[in-house]
Amino acid sequence: MTSEVESIISRAKNKRNLRRQNTIQVFGYILVWVCGILAVAAVFWIIGYVLSQGLQVIDLEFLTTRPAGGVSGEGGMSTTIVTTLYLVVLTIAIATPLGVGAAIYLVEYAGDASRESKVVAFLVKAARTGVEILAGVPSIIFGLFGFALFVSYLKLGFSLLSASLSGAALILPTIIRTSEEALITVPLSYREGSLSLGATKWYTIFNVVLPTAMPGIVTGMVLSIGRIIAETAIFWVTLGGSYHLPKSIMNSGRSMALHVYMLASETRAFDKAMATASILIIAIIFLNLTINIVSRRLTTRVTGKK
Amino acid sequence: MAGNNSYKFVVENLEVAYGDFCALKDVDLSIKANAITSIIGPSGCGKSTFLRVFNRMNDLIPNVATEGQIMKDGKNIEEIDIVDLRQSVGMIFQRPNPFPKSIFENVAYGPRAHGLKSISELEGIVERSLRQAVLWEEVKDTLNKSALALSGGQQQRLCIARALAVEPDVLLMDEPASALDPIATLKIEDLLQELKREFTIIIVTHNMQQAARASDYTAFFNMDEDRAGYLVEYGKTAKIFTYPEKKLTEDYISGRFG
Repeated sequence: MTSEVESIISRAKNKRNLRRQNTIQVFGYILVWVCGILAVAAVFWIIGYVLSQGLQVIDLEFLTTRPAGGVSGEGGMSTTIVTTLYLVVLTIAIATPLGVGAAIYLVEYAGDASRESKVVAFLVKAARTGVEILAGVPSIIFGLFGFALFVSYLKLGFSLLSASLSGAALILPTIIRTSEEALITVPLSYREGSLSLGATKWYTIFNVVLPTAMPGIVTGMVLSIGRIIAETAIFWVTLGGSYHLPKSIMNSGRSMALHVYMLASETRAFDKAMATASILIIAIIFLNLTINIVSRRLTTRVTGKK
Repeated sequence: MAGNNSYKFVVENLEVAYGDFCALKDVDLSIKANAITSIIGPSGCGKSTFLRVFNRMNDLIPNVATEGQIMKDGKNIEEIDIVDLRQSVGMIFQRPNPFPKSIFENVAYGPRAHGLKSISELEGIVERSLRQAVLWEEVKDTLNKSALALSGGQQQRLCIARALAVEPDVLLMDEPASALDPIATLKIEDLLQELKREFTIIIVTHNMQQAARASDYTAFFNMDEDRAGYLVEYGKTAKIFTYPEKKLTEDYISGRFG
């Protein structure tokens, strides 16, 4: 008899518990949705505001004439688009071989080398820690470093070359880390399969490991391109700010982000700053879409699955 | 025994250690040419370690020390160039591991790695290897498709074709059918019977029926109380499975442990 009563009581308790759990569930659900909507709304508000202010100013003339300089902020933004392009290409061309090479060393060779020598083991550890720390250093620090080393000490002046070298230092940690991740995820069985056929380690790395890691490496490169397009402070102290079109890598120039900063801080042409910012945002959105498409393509090619 | 042409490998006093851990000790064994030798034994008895001695794949693992002598066709394998050794001793792994490339590129990989560039020659090798691995009829129209789209059994036969493409004389197989369904397994076993005419095959297997069905010679490994693997008994498969000399072998093949 008593056990029956007990079971009825416990069942009632369970029911109450269940109801309470449900209330918490619904509350949590609403909370998560509100947070999500707020975050997305904030992003859209910023983008929407900049675009609505900027797009009215943009026309073909704005895109194809060079900035006039001076306090008025007259002129367009043509040279800044081209300079940004130069800057990105040069920076990536410097940073990618270095970064991917470093990642290959760290993943494929450093392990064996570390076991053989304590000094190498220490250096490898120091390099890894260095990469971790550098990834978190503010860009202006890289700017100051670039200014001190490339601009003044090596006498490269304010130039595309100084800016690209400094920019390369800035994105190296990102490229090394993403490439390392990508290389680590290549299954050991691929390496074994290749080596068991009598292929050398070098051949294995270049013909199996790197192609398989390519989607990850490309993602790191594209993230870095985004960073170069967006950075301002580092190029303020290395690229100079000339609104002329750089004729060689030794010339000063002005990237789009730098142009926005200069227009907003030194001229009255706030509308043109907004217009340039709009182009910048469109470029970044475009870049993100490209990442998606490219990495999906590459992944399909590598895995053979959609 | 050494110098006898009918033996592909002669292993003497083999001992393999990972750091302080002794994985295999006192192995003396001669592998017959143009026959299938299966290696059976409980998990952890060093079967795979033993297999990987023949193409020196253990060298890839840090801190491995191999003692003793392994002669291939009368030559110490330590003295054979590692690229040449691995070219002549192919390996098939437990899980099919085709590269994320097309079927053609997978088979052509080995010859390319050894410097062959002529497309027409490569095409010939790819067709010959795929025919040998009894995969040609299934894939001849889809050579440019990704190898990863094949079924597990097809992938494993592709890996066999890939190994055959560099013209080895030995095939090492590490539980090649353990990840496959029964039908795919039978196909692989049939294939082994075809291949043994031209190749010496050493196969590690967990599957006793497979060893009894598919192999000519069987080596039974066990491990002692220190977990070091050693060879218990070796002989013709028919004899090992019917009149084993050692009690331990009989217990193992009748399923009393392992």
